[in-house]
Amino acid sequence: MANDHIDLTVEPGEVHALLGENGAGKSTLMNQLYGLLQPDEGEILVDGEARTFRSPRDAIAAGIGMVHQHFMLVPVFTVAENIALGSERTRLGFLDRRRARREVLEVSERYGLPCDPDALVENLPVGAQQRVEIVKALTRDVDLLILDEPTAVLTPQETEELLTVMRGLCAAGKSIVFITHKLKEVKAIADRITVIRRGQTVGTATPDTPEDELAALMVGRAVSLEVAKEPAEPGREVLSITGLVVDDDRGVRAVDGVDLTVRAGEVLGIAGVQGNGQTELVEAVMGLRPVRTGSIQVDNEDLTAMSTKQILRSGVGYVPEDRSLDGVVKEFTVAENLVLDQYDREPYGNALRLDSAAVGTKARELVDEFDIRASSTGTAVGTLSGGNQQKVVVAREMSRPLRLFIASQPTRGVDVGSIEFIHGRIVRERDVGTAVLVVSSELDEVVGLADRIAVMYRGKVLAIVPPDTPRDKLGLLMAGITGDAPAAPVFEAGDSPASADEGTE
Amino acid sequence: MTTEEKAAPPAEEKREDSFLSHFLHNLWAANTVTVTVLSIVLAMIIGAVLIIVSDENVLNTFSYFTARPSDALTASWDIVSNAYADLFKGAILDPAAISAAADGSGTWKQVFFPISETLTYAAPLVFTGLSVALAFRGGLFNIGGQGQAIMGTVLAGVAGFALPLPPVIHLIAALLAGAIGGALWGFVPGILKARTGAHEVIVCIMLNYTANLFLGWLILQKGVQQEGRSDAISETVKGSAQLPSFGGELRANLGIVLAVLATAGVAWLLNRSAFGFELRAVGANSHAARTAGISVAKTYTLLMVVAGALAGLGGATQVLGTAYALTPAVAGNIGFDGLLVALLGRNRPWGTLWAALLFGALRAGGNRMQSFSGISLELVTVLQALIVIFIAAPALVKAIFHLRAARAARLGTSIAKGW
Repeated sequence: MANDHIDLTVEPGEVHALLGENGAGKSTLMNQLYGLLQPDEGEILVDGEARTFRSPRDAIAAGIGMVHQHFMLVPVFTVAENIALGSERTRLGFLDRRRARREVLEVSERYGLPCDPDALVENLPVGAQQRVEIVKALTRDVDLLILDEPTAVLTPQETEELLTVMRGLCAAGKSIVFITHKLKEVKAIADRITVIRRGQTVGTATPDTPEDELAALMVGRAVSLEVAKEPAEPGREVLSITGLVVDDDRGVRAVDGVDLTVRAGEVLGIAGVQGNGQTELVEAVMGLRPVRTGSIQVDNEDLTAMSTKQILRSGVGYVPEDRSLDGVVKEFTVAENLVLDQYDREPYGNALRLDSAAVGTKARELVDEFDIRASSTGTAVGTLSGGNQQKVVVAREMSRPLRLFIASQPTRGVDVGSIEFIHGRIVRERDVGTAVLVVSSELDEVVGLADRIAVMYRGKVLAIVPPDTPRDKLGLLMAGITGDAPAAPVFEAGDSPASADEGTE
Repeated sequence: MTTEEKAAPPAEEKREDSFLSHFLHNLWAANTVTVTVLSIVLAMIIGAVLIIVSDENVLNTFSYFTARPSDALTASWDIVSNAYADLFKGAILDPAAISAAADGSGTWKQVFFPISETLTYAAPLVFTGLSVALAFRGGLFNIGGQGQAIMGTVLAGVAGFALPLPPVIHLIAALLAGAIGGALWGFVPGILKARTGAHEVIVCIMLNYTANLFLGWLILQKGVQQEGRSDAISETVKGSAQLPSFGGELRANLGIVLAVLATAGVAWLLNRSAFGFELRAVGANSHAARTAGISVAKTYTLLMVVAGALAGLGGATQVLGTAYALTPAVAGNIGFDGLLVALLGRNRPWGTLWAALLFGALRAGGNRMQSFSGISLELVTVLQALIVIFIAAPALVKAIFHLRAARAARLGTSIAKGW
C-alpha cells in the first residue's frame, strides 16, 4: 500500500508543501489527484464537489495541472508545439500554430515566465524546459498546480527563479502543491507543510518549524543534519594530480591545468557550480576520459596508463554522479549490482564463471550493513528508491579495501535518512585512512564533509580553503571572483602548498 | 499447447467464488506466455480466412450465401480443417501412419517421419535464433545471421569435401570450420562497432550480400564445383563429415542434439558465466558497465564473434546434415528466420529452442499441406509472419482478447532496444 488514508486540503492561493522521503507515497498521492491512478478508497473534492478522475484529461478539466519530475516534452518540437500537444486547435485541418504561439506569449507574460515559443525544446536548459511545463499547465487554465520534485534537476540559481515564479502564481490566486524532500526550499516558500511517511500523514507544520524537527517527522526518528566528525589526521599523499588538462565530449577544454593532492585520512571537497570541469576531472582520474596532458598518480602509480578496471582493482572506489546512467544497471538485481565491478574476482567468480552463491551471500551481508531497503537481494535495482539505489552503489564501492574513494554528488536525489547514512560512511572511510575526494554542487554537503575545499571555476582550481570559510566568500569563489585580496592566496597552512594559487592570475 | 498449463498459477484462493476469476486473471494478465499462445491462435484464424478467400471453389459457394449458407460454411470448414489437419499430420503425427504400422502395411519409420522432418527444419533455426537472441541480450541487433550462416555453410562444406580426415574427427573439424566462418563474419561488425562505432545493422546487412555473392562465386570455381556438372553445385560432403541421421526417410540428424546442447550452453553462458554477466550489463546499461570497469568494446567484439559462431554452426548443420552440398540457396532463409525465432522466444535460450521447433513444425507441416490440400507453402510464411506481428504487438493481442494490461509484458521494448 502506497497511501493509507491520507487527508490533504489545499486552500486557494497557497503553496502547500508535501514533504516526505523517497518512496513515502507523495507521488502516488499526486498521481491520484492527476487521474493517473485511481484511489481504492476515499474521495477527491474540488471546490467542495466530489470528482472522480479516470485520466489526466478529467483532472485538467477540473482545474488540476501537474509538472512531472521527468519532463513530458517532445525534444524536437518547438515550445509552442509542445504546449499545443494534447489539446491541438486546428484551423482548416491544420494545426493552428499562430494561436498556439499567442497562447504561450500571453501566459508567459501574464505570469512573468519568459518563454520563447519558437525555440526547440531540446536546445533549452533544464530550467527553461521546466518553465515550458509550467506554462503548458497554465494554458490549460488550471487552478491547482502540482509540482513533483521540481528542484531536483535545477541549479541553485534556477531553483531561486522557480521559487519566485511560484510566489507570483500564488499572488495570482493559483494554488500549488509542492512535492519535495528538500527542507530549505520548503521553509523558503511553503505556507503550510504536510509530512508523509510510509503512506500516512504524520503531521502538518508551518514554515517556521525548525529544520531538524521537519526532518525527524519525515524520517521518523531524530536525524542529524550536521555531519559528525573528528578533525582529520592527514597522512601520506595518496592522490596527486599535476597539470591535468582534459577535454569534454565536444572537444572543448573542460579541465585546464589542475593540480590537486588528496592525503590519506582526509576529505578533499570540490565545490563549484555544475559544469565547471568537476565531472571531467573525476572521469579522467577514473580512466573514463582521455587525459590531454598532466599526470594522475595514486601512491606513485600512474593512473593515466591504466584501464578503468585496473584503476578500480588498484583500490580506488568510485561513486559516479549520474546514478541511473553510470551507477547502476536498473534491470539487474541488487546482488548483481553489488558485484558489478567485482564479478570476475574471487570469491564471486573468476574469468570464466560466476559463483551465484557467493554473490548472494555477499549481497545479503551488504544489504544488512548498508541498510538497503529491498524486498530481497533478487529485486531489480530499478524498483528501489533513489536513496536505496545510491546505497547500493556506495556499498559496492566500499565493500573492498580502498586507498582512494571518489564520490561525485554522493547524495543527489537521495532522501534525508539516506544522506545521513551515506555521509556517515564517507567519514568512516576517511577515519580508517582512505583518501577521500568528494565532488558536490550542494555547498552544504561540501562544507559538511570536507577537511579542505577546492573551488573549481572554468576548469581551474581557483582556491583551496578550509571548511570554515564564510559562505559568502565561497559563493563568490564559485562565481569566479577571487576576492578583494588577491595578494593573500587562501589555502590552509600546512596542507599541500603546491596547488592553491592556480588560476589567481 | 502444454505451455498453457504451465502458465496456470498455483492459485490458492480461499473464497470459492473468486477462484475461477483469480485463476483466469493470473493466466491471462501477467503472463507473456499467454500472449504468445494467443498470437499463434490469432495467426491461425487469419490464416483460415486466407485459405478460404484463396480457394475459388469455396468463394463460388459464397456467391449464393444468402440462398444457401450451409454450402459456403461446409466448404469453408472442410478446406480449413483439412489444411490444418494436414499441417498437424505433417509436423507431428499422422494417425493413419500409426494404424498402418500397427497392422503391418506401413513401417514405424513412417510414424516418426513428421517429427523427424520438424526436427530437421528446426535444428539450424535453433542456432541462428540463439545467435540473434544472444546478441540482443548484449544490446546488439545481429541482422547478419544470414551472412554468418552462409559463411558457416561455405567453410563447413569445403572442409567436408576437401579435408582427408578420419570419420569422427572430420565431422568435428567441419563443424568447427562452420563456426569459424560464422565467427569471422560476426567479428567484422563487432570490431567495427567497438572501434569506430559503425552501426552493426548496416555492416551486417552489407556482409549478408558479400557472403551470398561469395558463395555464388565459389561454387563455380574449379575444385569446388562438382565434377561433370555445369550448374552451381559443389562437391558432395564426404560421409565422414556428415551428421549421422536415423537413415532412410528419417532425415533428422545429430544437428538437433547439438542444437539442444548449444541452447544449454548459451543458457549457461548468459546466466552463469563472467562473460554473460558482462554482456548483459553492457546490453542493459553500457554506461554503467563502462564505469564499473567492463570493457564495452571488448564485450561487443566477443559477443559478435560468439553470435557469429552460433549462426555459422546453424549453416554447418544445414550443409552437413541435410543438403550435403553447397548450392546458391543452401542456407535458405535460416539467418532471417533466426530473427523471428529469437523474437518469438523472447531472446531467452530455451524460449528460442521452442520457437525454432514451432517454426520447424510449420515448415514440415506446410510441405504436407501443399501436396495434400493444395495450399501454397507461402501460407506457412504468412502464418509465421502473423505470429511474429502479434507477438510484437502485445497490446493488440490483449485488446482483442480483453486482457488486462500485463505488467511483465516488455516485448515492445525488447525489440526497440536492438536499434
